[in-house]
Amino acid sequence: MPEAPLLELRALDAFYGDFQALFGISMAVAPGQVAAVIGANGAGKSTLLKTIAGLIAAPSRDAVVFGGEPIGGLPAHGVVGRGIALVPEGRRLFSSLSVEENLLIGGRTRRPGPWSLEAVYGFFPVLAERRHTPATALSGGQQQMVAIGRALMSNPRLLLCDEISLGLAPVIVRDIYARLPALAAQGTAMVIVEQDVSQALAAADHVFCLREGRVVLEDTARALTREAVAAAYFGV
Amino acid sequence: MEWINAIVQGVLLGGLYGLFAAGLSLIFGVMRLVNIAHGDLIVLAAYLALVVTQALGIGPLPSLLLVVPLMAVIGYGLQRLLLNRALGDDLLPPLLVTFGLSVIIQNGLLEVFSADSRRLQAGAIETAALPLGGGLAIGVLPLLQFGVAVAAIAGLQLLSWRTPLGRAFRATADDPEVARLMGLDNRHVFALAMALSLAVVALAGVFLAVRTNFDPAIGPARLIFGFEAVIIGGLGSLWGTLAGGVLLGVAQSIGAQIDPGWQILAGHLLFLLVLAVRPEGLFPRLRG
Ligand SMILES: Nc1ncnc2c1ncn2[C@@H]1O[C@H](COP(=O)(O)OP(=O)(O)OP(=O)(O)O)[C@@H](O)[C@H]1O
Ligand SMILES: [Mg+2]
Repeated sequence: MPEAPLLELRALDAFYGDFQALFGISMAVAPGQVAAVIGANGAGKSTLLKTIAGLIAAPSRDAVVFGGEPIGGLPAHGVVGRGIALVPEGRRLFSSLSVEENLLIGGRTRRPGPWSLEAVYGFFPVLAERRHTPATALSGGQQQMVAIGRALMSNPRLLLCDEISLGLAPVIVRDIYARLPALAAQGTAMVIVEQDVSQALAAADHVFCLREGRVVLEDTARALTREAVAAAYFGV
Repeated sequence: MEWINAIVQGVLLGGLYGLFAAGLSLIFGVMRLVNIAHGDLIVLAAYLALVVTQALGIGPLPSLLLVVPLMAVIGYGLQRLLLNRALGDDLLPPLLVTFGLSVIIQNGLLEVFSADSRRLQAGAIETAALPLGGGLAIGVLPLLQFGVAVAAIAGLQLLSWRTPLGRAFRATADDPEVARLMGLDNRHVFALAMALSLAVVALAGVFLAVRTNFDPAIGPARLIFGFEAVIIGGLGSLWGTLAGGVLLGVAQSIGAQIDPGWQILAGHLLFLLVLAVRPEGLFPRLRG
């Protein structure tokens, strides 16, 4: 990787109480790069994103380094201010907030950058018409756009996306994925978790495959074949 | 005419109950905390006003300028130092902690101020009345109290639906984990909600203390009135809470008109009737 990494994980472990969910994960993501994390149910993909975002405490400060600063173990509300935003699994919009309020609260850290209400409405025009609708009254695809827009409002340098295709019609998924390269072109790095392997291979520069909390395969998306991925995925 | 008078007095009294209830429902709404010490905190505010009025030689109404911010600070500290530690997936620990707090406040007040009943003297305003004709008159003080209750609830409503702080309250209530991803520190948001709740409690405490005698033991009954107003009005709606308080006040007032011993009983009966017929309350979640 030529550029200095924006995000670097160094032998990251993660725990739920006594249960260890991640074992010595190491990865690096450069600015503007898209990394995909794939793996079967329960492999630890969401745990990985939550640990980067600070929802689960990393065991040591040095295990997560962002923009040269060790941030492991910082609380989530401190992490977002440094430029990491998570689009959580299942969207999880605030149900008593309107579309616009969901976006506004995403921007409450007031990090400087290109994203604003207007910019998000430009990116997802359909949301502008529904700005005063309760967010959870939208269709699944539109809700996912709100969830992505809410994360973008914090002007992240790193966007973490957890299964944004989950439960959406293929045409909607293609529509959403078609917009991601524009983000990367602006310099926003992304880590996307995806069950849909061909979607992940198409969208990403770099792919990490997790199994039972460990990275079992890592390569550029171009170099990976579906067969190699399938083998790593199921451990055959 | 007596009956009309009873209803008018009940409405005005209901404003106070609406205040009791608003602080309670704010806290429940934001952090799912049932604050058993709510009534005792109202009484604490009354004693605080007693100390402030005596120490500075000012009236109860000007004392609000000190008592309201003081109670807010107490609320913030209480939440950060004590209640946040008890909050979690389980509803029981915070219930027990606030129950303990209730006992501690009552005993602390008893120790410092004795069991004697007290009253805040508001001066000439206490007896001032507006004649409405036909033998009907409305006391200026109850009217002021009702106006303050309506203004406070309108203020809370505005804050909840029109400000970034209100947005933070609602977001944290919806999903505290995702709220953290937005940069909201749950502990701070909860503490701000408690501060606001106790600011409302301070208003309620001072008006209560001007209106009736108080002693360290009257807190739990105020808690019950607050609960009843919340349930009658319907959870999650501030105007509903005020309406619940007013209905409770009117029921008590009509009960007292029938027989002085029936005042409290009539309120409880209305509460039970609502629980039986419309357990979600009369005005659940009506917005803005
Ligand atoms: N809150 C929790 N408490 C305890 N164990 C958990 C918790 N959340 C997840 N786990 C466990 O951690 C492991 C990894 O879970 P995780 O949610 O990260 O998997 P995932 O790869 O995101 O799966 P999926 O594709 O189903 O979303 C699983 O074994 C899961 O059972
Ligand atoms: Mg997952």
